[in-house]
Amino acid sequence: MADQVVKKTKKRDLNKTGYLFVLPFVIVFLTFSIYPVIRTFYLSFSEYANTPKPPVLVGFKNYARVFGDKFFWQALGNTVRIWGVNIILQLGLAFLLTMVFSDFKYKIYGLPVFRAIYYLPNLIAATSVAFLFKTLLDWRFGTVNQILQAAHITKTPINWLGDPKYAGMVIAVIGAWMWFGNSFIVLMAGVQGINRDYFEAAAIDGAGRWTVFGKITLPLLRPIMLYVFVTSLIGGLQLFDVPFLIIGNSVSNVRGSIQTVVMYLYKFGFEVSPNQVGYSAAIAYVLFFIILIVSAIQFKLLGSKED
Amino acid sequence: MEPKTQKNVFTVLLYAALIFLALLCILPFWLMIVNSTRSGVEITHGFSFLPSSHLKENWVQLFAYVNLFRGLFNSVKVAIPATLLTAYFSAITGFAMAIYKFKGNSTLFKVIVVFMMIPGQLSLIGFYNLCSKLKLVDSYIPLIIPAIAAPGIVFFLRQYVQSLLSKSLLEAARIDGAGELHIFHRIVLPIMAPGIATMSIGSFIGNWNSYLVPMILLNSPKKFTLPVMITTLNAATDLQKNQGAIYLGVSISVVPIIIVFCFCSKYIISSISAGSVKE
Repeated sequence: MADQVVKKTKKRDLNKTGYLFVLPFVIVFLTFSIYPVIRTFYLSFSEYANTPKPPVLVGFKNYARVFGDKFFWQALGNTVRIWGVNIILQLGLAFLLTMVFSDFKYKIYGLPVFRAIYYLPNLIAATSVAFLFKTLLDWRFGTVNQILQAAHITKTPINWLGDPKYAGMVIAVIGAWMWFGNSFIVLMAGVQGINRDYFEAAAIDGAGRWTVFGKITLPLLRPIMLYVFVTSLIGGLQLFDVPFLIIGNSVSNVRGSIQTVVMYLYKFGFEVSPNQVGYSAAIAYVLFFIILIVSAIQFKLLGSKED
Repeated sequence: MEPKTQKNVFTVLLYAALIFLALLCILPFWLMIVNSTRSGVEITHGFSFLPSSHLKENWVQLFAYVNLFRGLFNSVKVAIPATLLTAYFSAITGFAMAIYKFKGNSTLFKVIVVFMMIPGQLSLIGFYNLCSKLKLVDSYIPLIIPAIAAPGIVFFLRQYVQSLLSKSLLEAARIDGAGELHIFHRIVLPIMAPGIATMSIGSFIGNWNSYLVPMILLNSPKKFTLPVMITTLNAATDLQKNQGAIYLGVSISVVPIIIVFCFCSKYIISSISAGSVKE
């Protein structure tokens, strides 16, 4: 890299520079990203308690235990149920908004302002959101029940977070509230990337709003929808912060309907004493394979009609 | 003129719905700020949309229990270096991958793409295990150094260089006798600046809001970052008697990020849009 070598910058020297430039990334990537993935895999086949005592290999024992563990399947069921309600609300709302703001007949002003406000809940730390809603939804003194009672929507306060009937739904609605603005921005960026000529041609041909949305917007948004779906699935199956902070892993009558896979994994990795790290790692890998399979199915379903 | 009035009515209804939705996004934060100025007794007796006068008492009670400014300071100490490392090293890595034809470049690219799809929680156990083997538990190093390797941002900046940087500009600089690192610092970085800024804001917010990893790694309360510190309010039975103090604590954790948002919303929005347009 001495300044004199320049005139005859040989290809080889430049290539060497390339190595030097990516070296810090590669070292840190191997150490803090690749190694932990491999290490987790190794630990999933062993028994280990986060103590100086080294891990002992036990074969497929942890995996066999995951498949027979009814609480794991319950946690997976909870996660999928919460994600399902969440994604329907979140994408439904984002789609409606995209339709409204991309409509060629009703020119709606103020997109930047609305977009920023809708995104606001996603900006705030999940810890603060969880804590805020935990307090607002408090059974006796929470503001939400006070408002509902003042508006005569309910007579007696609703035990939002203590009743298994509501708790899961509350988590799903909070999730949709946090993420619909994000999905909206992504979908809107996709719509803005569509060539305006299509819309103008359709308008000249006298196509109606629904026809345009169904025949032009939706098909062209397919790759973006795939992106939103897959990222939301990967995020949704890893749901942790909000339910963990609102309900926690401690004994609670709603835990059975709230506990997510990552909460369950966290429990064995860090809460139970002694830690059952191997079991926790096996849960992580089972979750990973489930995510892999479901994303592959989504790619097939949504990505098949590529042109 | 019949259809025109119909259209106007519909437009008004649309705006009403959009504003209602916007209120739903703001209301919880507004209630939070209002409640942080009300006394515990006021809060238990009913709601209000207007602030009261007990901010100071709540403040005293909150800070008697926990010093949130320490948490704020700790979060700054983690989030700023991590963001700077991500920005610089993602830029230089993305640049090198876009410009130089070294062996293994395409392999590295493939690994990065695959890694962007792997959920972070998967490696949590191994990550903690690594940190405890390296004696890095209760230290900020594992919260900062890994920021050097941000695959998603490298991916984005690599595409960014490919689409923006002309190779002839680099050639010209080389003929003028500039070294490669010099070229990167003086010519490439300024050109990449908008892309780097966009990605940095996203990663700053991610670092600032991060909870699970700091919670697992940090043991001593005086090292807690803001999100971890906020969750300790849960255990404060003194504070449970005065919800006003709890609301104030959450407000203090939320306000800085709202201020950042007011100034940088354009970058934040474009960083989200950018994430989706990768081919």
